[in-house]
Amino acid sequence: MRVYENILEELYKILQPFVPQGLKIGEETDLVADLGLDSLKVMNIVESVEDRLDISIPLNILPEVRTVKDFAVQIQKLIGDG
Amino acid sequence: MSIFDKFQQLAATRRELEKSCDTFFNIVMEEIISGTEAVINGRPTILAGSNNYLGLSFDSDCIDAACEAVRKEGTGTTGSRMANGTFAGHLALERELAEYFGRQSAIVFSTGYVANLAILSTLVGPGEVILLDADCHASIYDGCRLGGAEVIRFRHNDAKDLAKRLRRLEKRNTNVLVVAEGLYSMMGDRAPLADIVAVKRKYGAYLMVDEAHSLGVLGKNGRGLAEEAGVEDGVDFVVGTFSKSLGAIGGFCVSNHPELNLVRYASRPYVFTASSSPSVIASTRAALKILQTGSELRQRLWENANLLYNTLQNLDFAVGPEASPIVAIQLEDKAEAFALWSGLLENGVYVNLVLPPATPDGNCLLRCSVSAGHTPEQMDRICEAFTAVRKAVKTG
Repeated sequence: MRVYENILEELYKILQPFVPQGLKIGEETDLVADLGLDSLKVMNIVESVEDRLDISIPLNILPEVRTVKDFAVQIQKLIGDG
Repeated sequence: MSIFDKFQQLAATRRELEKSCDTFFNIVMEEIISGTEAVINGRPTILAGSNNYLGLSFDSDCIDAACEAVRKEGTGTTGSRMANGTFAGHLALERELAEYFGRQSAIVFSTGYVANLAILSTLVGPGEVILLDADCHASIYDGCRLGGAEVIRFRHNDAKDLAKRLRRLEKRNTNVLVVAEGLYSMMGDRAPLADIVAVKRKYGAYLMVDEAHSLGVLGKNGRGLAEEAGVEDGVDFVVGTFSKSLGAIGGFCVSNHPELNLVRYASRPYVFTASSSPSVIASTRAALKILQTGSELRQRLWENANLLYNTLQNLDFAVGPEASPIVAIQLEDKAEAFALWSGLLENGVYVNLVLPPATPDGNCLLRCSVSAGHTPEQMDRICEAFTAVRKAVKTG
């Protein structure tokens, strides 16, 4: 089973192209306020995560996701659910 | 802090858009001349951005049926289908739809939007899964949201991606409903329905197809993409609307699962809405009769569709992947989109200008749609207008 840190690592890689210059991405980075992601970009990122981790991410969890940490926690739950 | 604060971003966007194009928010059909022409800004304008695919909104049989019904049965039912709002006409239309589609059951809804809301929020519940094509219409997304099911997107028109997601769900051993559309409303492309049916069969899922834009347009008898692709028996639920090819307003779902009839009792969007007014039901029934014998209309529609698609392709516009009655031009530059749209309007042609996030890939779209009701002269004028604006915007 992938551990939380591995998921974070994957997320940092996927989100890197969206990180503005001068900002260091971390668990508390806000996907909308800090990275300026709109709904289209979020969906593209979701697809990238799904491909990398071979999971399907339900749309239902997205309202719970504000920060990178929130996203990682939800992904960990999904992987745990199998 | 005001309850309206959250709309300030919207207000700023609107102000910005109005600066680029002050007519964008002010399109009013001041006078309706025919199903394909209206007065806009005081000027007769050809409508190349409606969904009146067969041009039936002004058909004399449909108008006569509506007039007769309104005189006999009044302007509205004033009640829900579950109370006083089921008239004989509603039941007759359900029978006729079931017969037309060769299915056991049919439910009529007050709008196409309500049909998707009602079916998706009721048919699939907590613990079950909806797998929907990423480019599905907002009504499908909203229906999913209203119910308690888990909602997962698959990549647009990608049956392999769908299969991958169904494989991931296998060990969950739960009910899965796959949702796709016959013709996608923005780009006018068909779903790869034979592939989708093969995948859903392999994994034992259910399949719902929204034929809103393909009813009357595809298939020998106009039953939509499932008929054209020869996979009607692989589609569990067909949803559609009366507000496009049938020229009225309303929606429906047909199925061979006899239990569909039970869905109506559990469906809040069905129970808590007033039913369609008698005139709407009457004109829809008349239009459905025409649609069943409408191969000439379909032929004219496709001639017009191919003409516009080829013309726009020859003008080097970035059109969608295949010819269809919906011909969309993708534009990266918002200013160019506004210039072309306004130019077309000045040349007497109205098309839909669709801006992100309502578009599939974040580009702007000039969404044009043709009708069997467009005369050869109107088609010439539409093509000439595109040629003129292409030249003007390129050189301007």
